[in-house]
Amino acid sequence: MSDRATPAGTAPDGAEDDIVMSLEDVSVHFETEQGVVDSLFGDPETVQAVSDVSVDIPENDVLALVGESGCGKTTLGKTIIGVQRPTSGTVAYRGQDVWDAKDGRGDVEIPFDEIRRSLQMIHQDPGAALNPNRKVLTTLEAPLKKWEPDLSTEDRRARIFALLDRVGMEPPEDYAHRFPHQLSGGEQQRIVLVRALLMNPDVILADEAVSALDVSLRVETMDLLLELQEQFNTSFVFISHNLSNARYLAKEAGGRIGIMYLGEIVEIGPPEEVLNDPQHPYTKVLRWATADLDPTAQEMRDPPVRSIDIPDPVNPPSGCRFHTRCPEAHEVCTTDAPDLGEGAATPGDRYTACHRTDPDHEYWESEPLDGVETTRSPALDD
Amino acid sequence: MQGQRTQDGPDSADPIIEVRNVSVTYDLEHRDAMVLDDVSIDLRRGEILGVVGESGSGKSMLANAMMDAVEEPGITTGSVRYYPEDGEPVDILDLQPDELKKFRWEEVSMVFQGALSSFNPTMSIRGHFEETLEAHDYDVEEGMERARQLLSDLYLNPDRVLDSYAHELSGGMSQRALIALSLVLEPRVLLMDEPTAALDLLMQRSILSLLADIKEKYDLTILFITHDLPLVAGLSDRLAILYAFELAEVGRSEQIAHNSKHPYTRALLQAVPNLDAPTESMRPIEGTAPNPAHVPDGCHYAPRCPLATRECHEEKPPWIDVDDDHRSACFHYDEADDAVPFDLTEVNDA
Repeated sequence: MSDRATPAGTAPDGAEDDIVMSLEDVSVHFETEQGVVDSLFGDPETVQAVSDVSVDIPENDVLALVGESGCGKTTLGKTIIGVQRPTSGTVAYRGQDVWDAKDGRGDVEIPFDEIRRSLQMIHQDPGAALNPNRKVLTTLEAPLKKWEPDLSTEDRRARIFALLDRVGMEPPEDYAHRFPHQLSGGEQQRIVLVRALLMNPDVILADEAVSALDVSLRVETMDLLLELQEQFNTSFVFISHNLSNARYLAKEAGGRIGIMYLGEIVEIGPPEEVLNDPQHPYTKVLRWATADLDPTAQEMRDPPVRSIDIPDPVNPPSGCRFHTRCPEAHEVCTTDAPDLGEGAATPGDRYTACHRTDPDHEYWESEPLDGVETTRSPALDD
Repeated sequence: MQGQRTQDGPDSADPIIEVRNVSVTYDLEHRDAMVLDDVSIDLRRGEILGVVGESGSGKSMLANAMMDAVEEPGITTGSVRYYPEDGEPVDILDLQPDELKKFRWEEVSMVFQGALSSFNPTMSIRGHFEETLEAHDYDVEEGMERARQLLSDLYLNPDRVLDSYAHELSGGMSQRALIALSLVLEPRVLLMDEPTAALDLLMQRSILSLLADIKEKYDLTILFITHDLPLVAGLSDRLAILYAFELAEVGRSEQIAHNSKHPYTRALLQAVPNLDAPTESMRPIEGTAPNPAHVPDGCHYAPRCPLATRECHEEKPPWIDVDDDHRSACFHYDEADDAVPFDLTEVNDA
């Protein structure tokens, strides 16, 4: 794929050859900010942004992470591309532990600089990600000057112009000499994308990269991402609160959708399975929240959750974290935390972290919580 | 009246706000920039009207013009008339500043996106309610009783919320508190400009379903402005589609979604990422929207429209009644479905 392909022998065995990033039991905790007075009384509170997540990103793949704000999807995304150091667990790039490479611990096979370059990010607000006082060309030259100082000015510009052309910004010479404010939001987003692509990355984290765009531009932008994925073999970790966008991208790319709730992945798998036949009650709720175009198909009924506000991530609920809002929660859900099960990290089947998917679980004998309407046996459940 | 989208008579039996030929212009150095162009529409008593447009289409201008709240140096022309349940109609654009102040909040109130910037960060939520009630000479005790009721109608704990400051509430909670505040003086009309755009989908939809309940309970008329067509399609009785500063199509929500007669609306429906539609059926709209200082002479959509003929480039299409209570501003409305195929039933069955 690129001239700086994986050094031989970094992957421990053949089976993992095409896994670019591998996260194992990763948790990320943040301490909440404290005032001077607060800090005199007791320890700071800890927010569990990501709890015990294992996930692999193969080459040329799309993982779309979906959830409400505060569910930890951005933190998980940043951990996947080695920007956020996990509190516990390991993050590996082609078999090399990213944070060992950073700290120079042990036998470093792939230097951190190279890992850093291979993992890029595009942000939600392209306007804020571009220096307003710099021309597009200056912005795009900066990373090349840093990482490929031997490149002549001509070659450098030729490479930039070729990429601008590739993302549909024609004539590239014209766009290269503009300032960010002379570009539309969609065009700014493409500049940010070009800047990431210049590094020939293996994984790009796109954090709500299309949500801020106008409806009519979203499909266009996602098509561009898909096209680039094919041409450059880049994997995308696509973060969105919008199921429709996530579905479009994941489905077209043959990737996965991961549904996150309070720091955990609660359901993950191929988009058609997860969305057409959701198993986790939370996925069903998100499905409800995604408006249907057809007004007659939409009834304005009450939200299918017991509480519409998310609990405080400082004190996540015990057991299954969704039990305080879940329309199906039973007593056992308050104490017993479900997990995704073995093998959920790699693409393939769908995995759900809910007791309801296990027909033999004691859930079915357990009492429903207050506000939960009926107990349905697994056989009757649709 | 050929070529003009003028409308003199009423288009509905019982309008609560009648907007006629309203334009907003900004006087630039060399030429005028038109950010709302000759818009006429009725907000009917008791309905929920969804106004859908992309960013920069002038949809916020429409709401601002309806409250005579367009900021200097913008110039609003045309007429906006408010019909109270009993009493004489009021010409909003002619109101004096003190009359306008009373009119806003007590008759028509407005909710914007981003509740955090609407609240004063140094004042508790209770303070906002009390201040609003006092400024309008309402009985504070009675008003606060209403406030508590409104807050709990919006699934909020009144005591907790009233004692909080805006930054202590989540985005969804503060946006709901703002909706409660906008209703505390018992207005008849609620204008909402992207009130949920910054929120998660689940919260957006939850707020919409609460709005539907509140509208019934307090007998409100709602104008809901958004860029998100699927979001309001289920909530709204009627939809008005705005493209590049003028209205393109107005009709009942089902008519617009199932049987649109305007190529822009159809292209928009096609472009919206939709959970049920096959992904192949989604396509972007070619081209870009015009700049307000250089709007086309004829139909504003003509430069992007597959149906555009010479007539479209030269002349503004008038309103055409394409169906019962369904108007489209397109010369070629009867060819729109062939030119821009979009079949919702097919899409949903796929």
